[in-house]
Amino acid sequence: MSGGREIPVRVTKVTPVAERIKRFRFERLDGKPLPYFSGGAHVIVSMNDFGHIRRNAYSLMSPPHDCAAYEISVLHVEGSRGGSTFMHERVKEGDEMNVSYPVNLFQPDWRARKHLLIAGGIGITPFMAMMEQFTREGANFELHYAMRTRDRSAYWKELAERYGSQRIKIYCDAEGMTMPLDRLLDSQLLGTHLYVCGPSGMIDGVLRAGMEAGWPEQNLHSERFLSSLPGKPFTVELVRSGKTVRVGHHESMLEAIEAAGVDASFLCRGGACGQCETEVVNCDGKLLHHDVYLNDEEKAAGRKVMICVSRFEGKTLHLDL
Amino acid sequence: MAIAFKQESFRDDFSYRNSPENISRFPFPFDRDEYMYSVNMEPHVRGRPGTVFENLIDVDEHYVAEMHDRMLVLKEDPLRYQALPHMMNAQWDTLELLMEEQATGYPEHFTLTRNGDEWRWVNRPLGIDDTFTFGDVSTLPCEPFEYITRQAQGDFCIVDQRDGNLWMDAGMVTTQADWSLDFDIGMNFMEWHGPVPLAHQAGVFDRALKFLLNLQQGKPTRRFNWTMTINPRLDTSPENYHKWGPDRTTVTPENVAEKVHLRVELQSLWRLPRSNAILFVIRCYLMNMGELVTVPKWARRMPRVLRTLPPELIDYKGLTRYREDTINWLSKYDDGAPTSPGIFPD
Ligand code: FES
Repeated sequence: MSGGREIPVRVTKVTPVAERIKRFRFERLDGKPLPYFSGGAHVIVSMNDFGHIRRNAYSLMSPPHDCAAYEISVLHVEGSRGGSTFMHERVKEGDEMNVSYPVNLFQPDWRARKHLLIAGGIGITPFMAMMEQFTREGANFELHYAMRTRDRSAYWKELAERYGSQRIKIYCDAEGMTMPLDRLLDSQLLGTHLYVCGPSGMIDGVLRAGMEAGWPEQNLHSERFLSSLPGKPFTVELVRSGKTVRVGHHESMLEAIEAAGVDASFLCRGGACGQCETEVVNCDGKLLHHDVYLNDEEKAAGRKVMICVSRFEGKTLHLDL
Repeated sequence: MAIAFKQESFRDDFSYRNSPENISRFPFPFDRDEYMYSVNMEPHVRGRPGTVFENLIDVDEHYVAEMHDRMLVLKEDPLRYQALPHMMNAQWDTLELLMEEQATGYPEHFTLTRNGDEWRWVNRPLGIDDTFTFGDVSTLPCEPFEYITRQAQGDFCIVDQRDGNLWMDAGMVTTQADWSLDFDIGMNFMEWHGPVPLAHQAGVFDRALKFLLNLQQGKPTRRFNWTMTINPRLDTSPENYHKWGPDRTTVTPENVAEKVHLRVELQSLWRLPRSNAILFVIRCYLMNMGELVTVPKWARRMPRVLRTLPPELIDYKGLTRYREDTINWLSKYDDGAPTSPGIFPD
């Protein structure tokens, strides 16, 4: 069944937004409207790199009710495996690409009396769509946006103008500002839901602070897509399809398996959704679980592996694929 | 081609019948001669013309009569429709989906005209022509989910997704097979599936929940469920058990053909776009044994399936009292010939 249904689109605009950040606008090739989506959703963008297909997940940042186009923002990651480099260096206006139907793993809780949004860096993008949706529906929200420097950060000016300084608070490292997290967590209306998206360390910190402040776990939401880390090449045997697949230094298992013509399912390609869970038939060596989906027990048991982000070191690995 | 809608009842004189054309498009649920439990999910995609899979939301000759029956049920018991306040987004999602699918599948009966947020909906079989503002509840006579499900066949549940679970937070349920929205509303997936025998052991619900949590927009999915009902009664709710429960004792070898009905639910599941909720459509089809045996393949297969049911299921589906009589009556139509695989008539 592989990933979400794909839609052929054209890149109709590429806009430099800040240092190392570009915004991409996609419109459907057939001119029809794109599907509606909910704030927090992402799409998988397929990139054709000389016949080698790369697929990356990016949060949709355009207004969810505006189906004329989808917009995403891409940060050019230093030492990336190639996806963000491809988007930054190779994708031009007029290019044709494929995007998946939207998938939402960061859905707002519609019961919330108030939505407290905490963004770090490029983690701002899912909140841009959320805030549009909240505004249309008259929901109460507040955004706290942490950044290193203003010139390397995206959209803070537009957001402050659009929603006002009551709703948008900006904290700039370089100017010595820090987010007063404890005060924020202590002063919220009962029934507030908190959402955090940004660097891993920041997500951990905010969630920990929330728990310590006595927030119910169900009111704390985060979105964290991991990218598959580079590592030593290795070989996997696919038991059902009878194929032997070589996973390269910069490749993920999922990518290598797809390149070998075997269809594997995925939704996030970032170790978060559980869709790519694969049964380990035989393993002589060490599974390097990088996902946040399996719990520690499951990881230790070694019977399942999330092939979108995890790796392997050792002699033989047989997967049920 | 225009559908000839029937005037008929699902209560009192039970005048509900299937025309020969409608019998041949009945979704017979058994693809082999013995019964097997399975999760049997498949993509909900358009299928053969002349079957219930021709359109993704099916409308048939019973449309008008079913909508009338729903009105009667709601009049007696308004709690058959409920929606928790945070489901308003999902309500509009559902309205859009049902209007779009009905208008696309049956343009001679339904027309949807969209002009930005100003929409016009024409439903010819029910004589409705309304203009409203999408997203503005005050422009409709009732909530959007109630409005559209009073105009669509089947039961509808909208399930919210949060905390790694699914929550039954809205529903229009008037044709259910022995379960109650009023009882299940606000429950999560594991809670409302509590009392099904066998299935738990197999861990099917854990797998089904995981499958549903990852249900994708643009990829609806479907499955069959079936049971049997005495008399063509749509409303076999626990609230009305006193009305339909005693029917089971009224089956005799003489009246099996007319009284005993195969009740098939074609359930489709849709990820909704604006709310990210899941819509469950539970479309119910009824056919009596007399109608069923007019299709030779089904006539052979039906008694064979009934014979192989595990005892817990016979009990769970409430077939105990009339299964023997039904098998005996059906057996006259089973000439012992092999049946072809699949569900469609030969
Ligand atoms: S695709 Fe989501 S966890 Fe691997």
